Amino acid sequence: MIPAHQHNSTNTATQKVWDILQTVCDPEVPVLTILDLGIVRDVSISNDEVQVTITPTYTGCPAMDMISMNIRLALLEQGFKNVKIISVLSPVWTTDWMSEAGKAKLLQYGIAPPKGNAGAIPADGIECPQCHSTHTKLLSEFGSTACKALYQCQDCKEPFDYFKCH
Amino acid sequence: MNSNQTDQINKLLPIEQDAANLSTYQLIKYSLHLADTNLILSQRNSEWCGHGPILEQDIAITNITLDLLGQSRNFYQYAATLIGSEATEDSLAYFRTEREFKNCLLVELANGDWGQTILRQFFFSAYQFLLYEKLQHSKDDQLAAIAAKALKEVTYHLRWSSEWVLRLGDGTAESHTRMQAAFEVLWPYTGELFMPEDYEQYCASDGTGVDIAEIKAAWDTKVREVLAEANLAAVMKDNAPAAYMYTGGKQGTHTEAMGYILTELQYVQRTYPGNEW
Repeated sequence: MIPAHQHNSTNTATQKVWDILQTVCDPEVPVLTILDLGIVRDVSISNDEVQVTITPTYTGCPAMDMISMNIRLALLEQGFKNVKIISVLSPVWTTDWMSEAGKAKLLQYGIAPPKGNAGAIPADGIECPQCHSTHTKLLSEFGSTACKALYQCQDCKEPFDYFKCH
Repeated sequence: MNSNQTDQINKLLPIEQDAANLSTYQLIKYSLHLADTNLILSQRNSEWCGHGPILEQDIAITNITLDLLGQSRNFYQYAATLIGSEATEDSLAYFRTEREFKNCLLVELANGDWGQTILRQFFFSAYQFLLYEKLQHSKDDQLAAIAAKALKEVTYHLRWSSEWVLRLGDGTAESHTRMQAAFEVLWPYTGELFMPEDYEQYCASDGTGVDIAEIKAAWDTKVREVLAEANLAAVMKDNAPAAYMYTGGKQGTHTEAMGYILTELQYVQRTYPGNEW
């Protein structure tokens, strides 16, 4: 399937909405926009109503409510008053939809991006975002948020978050 | 939410007599069963928040808890849609009585020590993994979508809890003794997972639910394999009670623990109906 963020709309109003969504960031990982994360699945406009279809990363992710609110606010600021946000579960969100630009931004920010495809459990070789050594180890399968695991670099000793393949 | 709305949820029940509504009625009960089980386990596990043995594992169990809560919300939202009128995920979680909750007994038991919490999570995740693996092929699109989504999360829960059962079961003499004791407490509550209620049978037969009898063998194999590797005996001490399994939760007949859980869970909404953060 083609990730939604590669969508190029020929409709100028719809394209404008996509451009605005590119400015809405994830509240937990503010370096990523919601398009980088691949959680926006569709945008459509009919009779002045903007419909934005999103899909949650994890079912219990508390950021989803805030993301919906931030989408509304961003669109409202640009004059889109009538916004409907639809949450769909299928197809299931995967880190495979995360953009390459998003992965690069994550690493730059200090979070190791997902290595491999959905479901992959990399035993080792996760790159340390600080010193770029791949001599790292898993400290805990669960990190500061549901989407991350906790690793530590064996060379520079720095602990760091790893965005899990999902 | 007022008492009027609570009545509307209760009034739902008589539609069973209407053949046309029977499948919806069973689907609602089935969705509530799935929702309740997730909600009550998440409520129990959340007691560990800030009390875990070490920070990383405190975070792990609360992350699992968050996933379970998210899953319960999905099932409640779906049940609320099927019920219609003014039912919402909140009204279903906060304004139903103990007898209306359809969670299995295993999830409502007190946490015990860390070992007992881990062993319960392992028993439960092994069950939930097999359940969702089948439910993702449900004829009901929404149940299938929820299960497919949740399966990815439960895969992680199962791996984490299995590793901890190994670590504690095959750890020190103290941790081993505690895990064996936890087994004695929990085992008689595992049978209920595989004894279908009327709504489970109905939904399994019309393809919307899972035939839980079908996943029992796989669960048994998985559980015994991990327990053996963890050096834990998968039999009750004197064998006699091994055949006895507590049941009733899925019908609404709960243990003493349930009233206390709901008291804490529902207190704010019962006292200040409709109150928002």
